Amino acid sequence: MLRLPSFRYLQPASLTEALRMKRDAGPDGMFVAGGTDLYPNMKRRHQEPRTVISLMGISDLRATEGRKDGTTVGSCLTLRDLSVLPAFRPYAAVATAARLVSTPLLRNMGTLGGNLCLDTRCNYYNQSYEWRKSIDFCMKKDGKICWVAPSSPRCWAVSSSDVAPVMVAIGAEYGLIGPHGERVVPAARFYNNDGINYLTKQTDEILVEVRLPASNGWDAVYHKLRRRGSFDFPVLGVAAWINWQSGAGSREPLVNDARIVLGGVASYPQEIAEAAAALRGKPLSDETIAAAAEAAYRPSKPMDNTDFDLSWRKQMTRVYVKRALEELRARHT
Amino acid sequence: MARKPSDRRIIGTALRKIDAVAKVTGTTRFADDLAFPRMLYCKLLRATHPHARVVSIDASAARALDGVQAVLTGKDLPIPFGILPVSQDEHALCVDKVRFIGDPVAAVAATSEETATAALDRITVAYEPLRSFDSAEAAVANPEPRIHDYGDSGNLHKLIDLEFGDAAAGIAEGDVVREDLFFFEGNTHLPMEQHAAVAVWSPDGKLTLWSSTQTPHYVHRALAKVLELPPARVRVIATPNGGGFGGKSDPFNHEIAVAKLAMLTGRPVKITLTREEVFYCHRGRHPTLMWVRTGVKKSGAITGMHFRSLLDGGAYGSYGVASTYYTGALQTVTYNIPRYHFQGARAFTNKAPCGPKRGHGTPQPRFALEVHVDKIAEQLGLDPAELRLRTLVPPNSLTANYLRVGSMGLGRCIEKVIAGSEWKKRFRQLPEGRGVGLACSSYISGAGLPIYWNNMPHSGVQLKCDRSGGVTVFCGSTDIGQGSDSILAYIVAEILGIDPFDIAVVTADTDLTPVDLGSYSSRVTLMSGNAALQAAERARQILAVHAAKQLEVPVDRLQFADGRVFDGNDSKRGMSFADAVQAAEAAAGTVGTVGSYTPPRSAGRYRGAGVGPSPAYSYSACVAEVDVDPETGIVRVPTIWIAHDVGRSINAATVIGQVEGSIYMGLGEALMEEMAYRGNRNVVHKIPSLLEYKSPTTLEMCDVITYLVEDPDPNGPFGAKEVGQGPLLPVMPAVANAVYDAVGVRIDEVPITPEKVLKALRRKAKGEAGRVGPESFPDIPWPEPTRVPTPWEGGDGKAVEQVRA
Ligand SMILES: Cc1cc2nc3c(=O)[nH]c(=O)nc-3n(C[C@H](O)[C@H](O)[C@H](O)COP(=O)(O)OP(=O)(O)OC[C@H]3O[C@@H](n4cnc5c(N)ncnc54)[C@H](O)[C@@H]3O)c2cc1C
Ligand code: SF4
Repeated sequence: MLRLPSFRYLQPASLTEALRMKRDAGPDGMFVAGGTDLYPNMKRRHQEPRTVISLMGISDLRATEGRKDGTTVGSCLTLRDLSVLPAFRPYAAVATAARLVSTPLLRNMGTLGGNLCLDTRCNYYNQSYEWRKSIDFCMKKDGKICWVAPSSPRCWAVSSSDVAPVMVAIGAEYGLIGPHGERVVPAARFYNNDGINYLTKQTDEILVEVRLPASNGWDAVYHKLRRRGSFDFPVLGVAAWINWQSGAGSREPLVNDARIVLGGVASYPQEIAEAAAALRGKPLSDETIAAAAEAAYRPSKPMDNTDFDLSWRKQMTRVYVKRALEELRARHT
Repeated sequence: MARKPSDRRIIGTALRKIDAVAKVTGTTRFADDLAFPRMLYCKLLRATHPHARVVSIDASAARALDGVQAVLTGKDLPIPFGILPVSQDEHALCVDKVRFIGDPVAAVAATSEETATAALDRITVAYEPLRSFDSAEAAVANPEPRIHDYGDSGNLHKLIDLEFGDAAAGIAEGDVVREDLFFFEGNTHLPMEQHAAVAVWSPDGKLTLWSSTQTPHYVHRALAKVLELPPARVRVIATPNGGGFGGKSDPFNHEIAVAKLAMLTGRPVKITLTREEVFYCHRGRHPTLMWVRTGVKKSGAITGMHFRSLLDGGAYGSYGVASTYYTGALQTVTYNIPRYHFQGARAFTNKAPCGPKRGHGTPQPRFALEVHVDKIAEQLGLDPAELRLRTLVPPNSLTANYLRVGSMGLGRCIEKVIAGSEWKKRFRQLPEGRGVGLACSSYISGAGLPIYWNNMPHSGVQLKCDRSGGVTVFCGSTDIGQGSDSILAYIVAEILGIDPFDIAVVTADTDLTPVDLGSYSSRVTLMSGNAALQAAERARQILAVHAAKQLEVPVDRLQFADGRVFDGNDSKRGMSFADAVQAAEAAAGTVGTVGSYTPPRSAGRYRGAGVGPSPAYSYSACVAEVDVDPETGIVRVPTIWIAHDVGRSINAATVIGQVEGSIYMGLGEALMEEMAYRGNRNVVHKIPSLLEYKSPTTLEMCDVITYLVEDPDPNGPFGAKEVGQGPLLPVMPAVANAVYDAVGVRIDEVPITPEKVLKALRRKAKGEAGRVGPESFPDIPWPEPTRVPTPWEGGDGKAVEQVRA
């Protein structure tokens, strides 16, 4: 069997205690929530923490709270919670994305926070130590070169979270706490287009909560492409958000604002501004949908490091953006 | 008094398996569940180069690590082995060369798995890389450097050329001559249980190995050979297999390594492979390129066929020579092919070794043949079901390549699925995007010849009747989940009239059980079933003689049922089964019998005639329905109708289980499974994990409507034929044919992925041929053909000496 290496496991009961433990452990310490990403990675020696600090004993991180301007969700809620709790019914796209993650077993363990901080993926990287040794490693771990793009100075590992693109699309904000206090960042600014430094979060910061905006006047959907109906990471995720124009007298409703965010094609949830621009101030007609889908297709640049052929994945951007927008249109009428 | 079929109590009913409760409650002990005091853990260091000379190995730092008890390298196990006598090309640990990434070079035994793993990092191996080959075409094009220093030519392991009648002249007689190229990608078995083995060396010099193997007899032979031990001092016990599918049919390097480590350390040694390592053991489906040319009359009658296959064998021989013959053998047992030419080649490449996977060497040509026939039907304007029905091989006949067909239920199978699927209303009539496809197949019920030449039985059974009334069956057969232990119990219970759940079944232990060759080639129900039948009938005879005396009833009037032995004319006049055993034991001593089975002699006498003959052939017909999304190319299969001619089902539930399992496996091969390697990156396996090697989940599984066709075969126990492999074969071509019906494109290779479907649709939209598939077949230095006149040319099964004109 592939074994987990030995490590020290700590279970703080409060955020202060967790931050102190992390300070004491230094760079060899890591936070863990559900562990469904970190533990498999440790088996393959991607991350090699000597001390693992669990956030699951901190009750504050599992709270949900309704606010005037939205809902605050604790980062340690499980994906199953997100997909079934009534509190998230107005956030259907969030619940859908959570429900589409992996398998029921993993959703019972995996958390929202872990999903939003998910390590980027690449099929040159998500391999055992021995396998990686056979290709002489890559720059994301233990090596110097990128095997996907050998002349590239950067890593192109793929942002593979299902929930993150939805958070960026609906304009959620993340609440963080670290040794230097608390801060709030918009979801879009939490991510970097870099396979190695994919988060703007410092390693000693804890993602405490996610602030979902009030659910009025907008609608969002999430469509996921993967090989099988269960278990698989997205090779393409499309989160589409529309703010409908209110009070327009015309029969055909108009788009006030839109955001189209792609998962699984870059090292971060990639917002396609051109696609949104094609929709603003217009009805969701077949023509505008096609224009937005075309606009999303062009900058979508998957690399050869996930399941499926990259050119097919790129072509699917058009189809999936179109289908997501068609669903939004159907839901509005 | 032999009972009429209608009197049978057990055969044909749907009983639960005798080990079902243990399996579902998790109490079955698999190899990895075994633990012994002072046990050590073994890990293998594997090659990080696809093809390289091993210059030196330094294990001193590993040996110095606390907890490490022994480290082995190739020189400790210099004797080669391999499943086939003609391909003894493996070493437990590579001696001077590594041939693929994953080839083991050193073995460590340590007090914990963690220590053993840490020790691997401390072994340094110096390699001198050699040029590597990642495809059969590359191996054909480059005879040097040779991966092995044996084989028919350069990097071609095996070359076969067999001609039965003048095939070219036959083809020329066709009104239509059709030529097609196909490719079948390699895929692997994916058993849920990873291979595991434990070895114990006793102080009195005996070795015991528990292993998740399908072939304990062959492992026994390999261990004795490599370890230079008298076979009498080696005991191999096959633990219950958590799935095998052919992936546990070779003797493996890890089995030999733990045995040697146990001998060296005097402590029990265990190994459990990781999932990644199971991908390196492989022995799965050979990637196969195929070319076929057939002549056909307007009526649909085939006039001749020429079939070529090129197999990518990976790094070792394994069963590959047999696999290569199998890609040409069974074309003739479904449709009448009066003249037939087969050319097959197997290449060595620097990838995990291929071997037997469910269907062994026949799914690839079956895919080619069934899609080819679909195209021929369209060309002739015939319904493909009708074309097949017109060309069926008759029962009790001899084929052009001397295979003796007995019972033959394919016609009934076709009729069943045609009716069940409402084929006539659907074929070529469904809306765009939806389609149906038909394909058929046949498979052997056990190979006619053993793996190493001998003229002994293929399966043996010993039966012990205890004075308590208990019965124990001993047989070398191995239950890999298919239920072979249960089959032994059902057959003995039927003959002796006792409860199958009262029977003790002892199997797969070379010290305790007579030889059975193993769970491969769909041989077990037929062969060990016949052996059990013989042993049980002999026991019944002994018991009947003595019971008859005591009951004062003529022997031939006695019946055995419900745990009693009684007068068939007056059921009250009888005794319990236990009393019958006691009567016999008192009169004649301990009651024990044996039974054995040897297949009938095959009709072919030419070189290569050993692959293909079988006591009986099973048949299946399958209709697949598909939905194709024209925007994405994604294919879904909502329903499959399948009819299988099993001769006679001993247990209808396990038969249907095998049919459904085959369809599940077939869907994976049809739609997604792929042993992908990065040719440009050191030939690493691209995706050696359960997550990224895509195999269907329950959500991808289709509805299955199964029809069992029962036409008892005289060679099978109670008429039974195989079901473990045959029903897999038609799934892939049925799906391919259905995709064509749905969207009018031909995907002439599996897996049929969305990328390929979309590409073909784009080509079609541009007015090009709507096809994705191989474009050419390389030139191969075929040998002079072995020419065998067909039976209808007066042939006697022997080859003729002939000079090529
Ligand atoms: C077989 C398999 C299939 C999967 N399929 C999918 C899929 O389809 N889609 C998908 O999105 N994911 C998938 N996943 C990934 C994973 O299961 C989920 O993303 C899950 O939500 C991760 O959450 P976790 O709590 O288990 O994360 P963990 O493993 O606990 O943590 C992941 C990372 O985030 C950090 N972290 C976690 N919580 C916090 C926090 N509150 N503050 C700061 N850092 C934190 C950890 O240090 C770690 O680096 C799959 C995983 C597996 C093994
Ligand atoms: S994208 Fe390149 S550097 Fe990043 S993980 Fe993959 S191979 Fe390594």
